[in-house]
Amino acid sequence: MRTTEKIDGYDLSTSDTEEVHVLAVDDSLVDRKVIERLLRISSCKVTAVDSGRRALQYLGLDEEIQKKETNGFDGLKVDLIITDYCMPGMTGYELLKKVKESSAFREIPVVIMSSENVIARIDRCLEEGAEDFIVKPVKLSDVKRIIDYTTTELREGEQREGARARRRGINKRKQREGDDDLSSSPPSTLSSSASSSPSSSIQSATAPLSPSTLDSPTRRLKMTSSE
Amino acid sequence: MDFVNQLQRKFIDYSSSLHREGIVDDQFTQLRKLEDENSPHFVMEVASLFFEDCEKLINNMAIALEQKQGVDFKQIDECIHQLKGSSSSIGAMRVKNACIAFRSFSDGQNREGCLRCLQQLSHEYSLLKNKLQTLFRLEKQIVAAGGSIPRVH
Repeated sequence: MRTTEKIDGYDLSTSDTEEVHVLAVDDSLVDRKVIERLLRISSCKVTAVDSGRRALQYLGLDEEIQKKETNGFDGLKVDLIITDYCMPGMTGYELLKKVKESSAFREIPVVIMSSENVIARIDRCLEEGAEDFIVKPVKLSDVKRIIDYTTTELREGEQREGARARRRGINKRKQREGDDDLSSSPPSTLSSSASSSPSSSIQSATAPLSPSTLDSPTRRLKMTSSE
Repeated sequence: MDFVNQLQRKFIDYSSSLHREGIVDDQFTQLRKLEDENSPHFVMEVASLFFEDCEKLINNMAIALEQKQGVDFKQIDECIHQLKGSSSSIGAMRVKNACIAFRSFSDGQNREGCLRCLQQLSHEYSLLKNKLQTLFRLEKQIVAAGGSIPRVH
């Protein structure tokens, strides 16, 4: 179900939270069956594969298989990858690296599972960009925790997109009205002094800004965190 | 209805004994919690995958240990690792512990020690399989009699 807002010709659609699609990777059949069930119970769509190689193939990152440039994978968009560490052939760590090296897929959170609780291993994975590390055996609480923050991040990502588009819409309107006061724009998460225009600095590069807001460098705030 | 209640009572008691004896641990309970009307026999299904896995690995290790030209301890180690992983995932505690003990002998490349461990492992596996199959029979009887499997709260 989608609700659509229109602001000054900008079409904004916010969808309800759709199911998170998880790509699960584990060479053990027993573990695959368990992780699949844990994920389904947590309302996720699951694609389970038995190797890092197959995971890359699914994503369309396997060098040996020629895929089209865009939409390189046949499957649904993957929202999260959860992989075992110790696998023959490609380890979960190697899969993590390949995903993070790819411009198309580096944003996908990758969670590593391992039966060995080795600090050095955990650190290595986190340094390489892993979202989280679960020590096996995996429990429902582990999966729920991960899905919770993945869903939150996805929703926040959509909200940020929506908020950006709304600000672009508002700025466009202000431009036309010749009004450079942006204080009526939606509140930003950055703290700002009364005289500055916080929203102008969070514009994406493509959005035109009213010339007067760019005049004074001191009016522009540095982006700190949220985006 | 009384018959179903009896079966359910038997199921609960038998299940408790498996925990008490250390045949299964908390992870087994965790898997039980994943069962519902849509997936009422999930644990039974995972267990049968585990049985197949276990038998294959035990067999492979037996063959590896028989090799006259030299035992491939790396292969044994790999088998132990896999078995330890899957037994842990299903909550088969004694099988898992037997794997852990086994590992120290395969690390030491001790063929005699490994043979003893394999025997112990086979024993634990047989015990687990028999007991779980008894439990699952009860499960099926309850469902066949129109009752529901007592759920963990």
